[in-house]
Amino acid sequence: MAEGQVAVPTLATEPRQRGRLAGFIPVAIALVIIGVVVVAAALGDLIAPRDPNAQNLLVGDVPPNGQFPLGTDQLGRDVLSRIIAGARTALVGPMLIAVGGMTIGTILGMLGGYLGGRLDAIIMRWVDLMYSLPGLLIAIVIVGVVGGGYFMAVIVLIVLFSPADTRIVRAEALRQRPLPYIEAARTLGVPTWRIMFVHVLPNVLPVVVSYVFLDFAFGLVSLSGLSFLGLGVPPGTPDWGRMLFENRTVLFTNPLAAVAPGLMIVAAAAAMNIVGDWLYERFASSGAGR
Amino acid sequence: MTLGWLARFLASRLLVLIPLLLVISFGVFSLLQLAPSTPERILLGGRPSTPEVLAAIRERYHLDDPFLVQYGRWLVGVVQLDFGTSIRAGEPVLPMIIRRLDITVFLGLFGFVIALVVGLLVGMVAALRRGSPLDRALVALSVVGVSAPAFASGILLLYLFGVVLDWFPVFGAGDGMLDRLWHLTLPAVALALSAMALIVKVTRAALIEELERDYVAFARARGLSFRRVLFGYALRNALVSVVTASGLVLIYMLTGAVLVEVTFTLPGVGSLLVEAVQGLDIPLVQGLVIVIAVFIVVVHLIIDILYRLIDPRIRFGGAHG
Repeated sequence: MAEGQVAVPTLATEPRQRGRLAGFIPVAIALVIIGVVVVAAALGDLIAPRDPNAQNLLVGDVPPNGQFPLGTDQLGRDVLSRIIAGARTALVGPMLIAVGGMTIGTILGMLGGYLGGRLDAIIMRWVDLMYSLPGLLIAIVIVGVVGGGYFMAVIVLIVLFSPADTRIVRAEALRQRPLPYIEAARTLGVPTWRIMFVHVLPNVLPVVVSYVFLDFAFGLVSLSGLSFLGLGVPPGTPDWGRMLFENRTVLFTNPLAAVAPGLMIVAAAAAMNIVGDWLYERFASSGAGR
Repeated sequence: MTLGWLARFLASRLLVLIPLLLVISFGVFSLLQLAPSTPERILLGGRPSTPEVLAAIRERYHLDDPFLVQYGRWLVGVVQLDFGTSIRAGEPVLPMIIRRLDITVFLGLFGFVIALVVGLLVGMVAALRRGSPLDRALVALSVVGVSAPAFASGILLLYLFGVVLDWFPVFGAGDGMLDRLWHLTLPAVALALSAMALIVKVTRAALIEELERDYVAFARARGLSFRRVLFGYALRNALVSVVTASGLVLIYMLTGAVLVEVTFTLPGVGSLLVEAVQGLDIPLVQGLVIVIAVFIVVVHLIIDILYRLIDPRIRFGGAHG
């Protein structure tokens, strides 16, 4: 590319330098949101004001008041305590999905991208096939018919997430392959597996880590979608997706019972997306020469 | 220009797609075997039974035949558009699906049009005002859009526009064209939101890339108006990526429709799938999956044809897919 040779008059020049500090503000907010969710998941029982599963049918569904900061659901359960307790399924499952999918994706992507050949062709065939299918629908059918609950949902989503991760890691590995350091290592007789996992992997890692965050966001959205449909978590579990479904019916009496868990899903997923995007732009795309 | 390439392309594609559908149908049929209960118990749907009843069911559904024979019998039925009988409703599967189809098709197309039109416009504006506060605000909004699952945005819309403002109905699908449009506006917007975010992202990135190319600077230097360069060249080239994305969006509409139909209690194909899965109504699940698989295959076929219409290089490049 003839970079910087001709000053092409573009419509708007990107103010790159100016935006660095200002661009960090959303990331800081996102990190605070993630921190709050992590603390809620870790300390759930200690900081919840009430027992999240204690029913109080005499109270019924009431709007927020001094006793119940976010009101109660139709069984008289405290919405705030249930949201705090729900942080656990909102954190553990998506984390397993993101890390598990990316582990499979990294192995297959490195093998396909670096070794190439027939193995690569087979891997990419599989990736293309999975790409053309609606992942969440498959998860709905398998988890719904075969059963297995929350962890079955997590396993199915790990498998469904891995093709996208494979494609991303493979593209990165392909980008590394023609670089001089690989050639040098090969000339020196470094074994292939050592080049792949000791030399190439660290260079692919920034992309891997950014996509773990992006996968987390999509994993949360997918997993809470399954819970929303009554697949995954058992009935009565405090889970944000499940709360949305159960509390649709009290939208007129205590709307927060359904709106608050919905906002929590969006906030947590958006926070993960923002951090993932920021990591990618800060650490991954610079090496790609963009 | 002849359409010979189209016929050749369709023929080569069908050679790939028919085996693919066979594989999917086999997977779907195996579901019955994977379910955590014996087929006859599922067919009974949890009702109490005697050994005689169970034997009668095994006989009636040919469950004592080898698996492949059962599959073959089912497949012959599917090819003749006989998808079997629903366990719960006791009626043929296909008419049940067709009856629920109109709401889902209406909802999906409505959502698709909203996502595509608004997404393209917003993406173009963001690309043309790149780096401005407006662009950054639109990009930030699209991050929120990607993060909002259809059921969460659905509940928020339902609360805001249905309960607080009372502009739209909160229940039902409506009768007649206008009434239905009014009833399905909130569900369609909920369905469109996250897909729209994807279209914005893709349009913005593709258009920015095109506008930086040399041919744009050259055309401007030759005195062509910016409008002509934008609509005549840059946008058309950017559309190739948008077409790819819109195929994904159309398929996403299906997944989204499942969530949105449950959120808004609409009797469509999506909520039928959820009912079938929850009730372990295996014949109905199998029928639905086959219908959905055919739909997906057709969408991919249309996208592949559109590619070749927009970009002659793919058409004549000898790419057979």
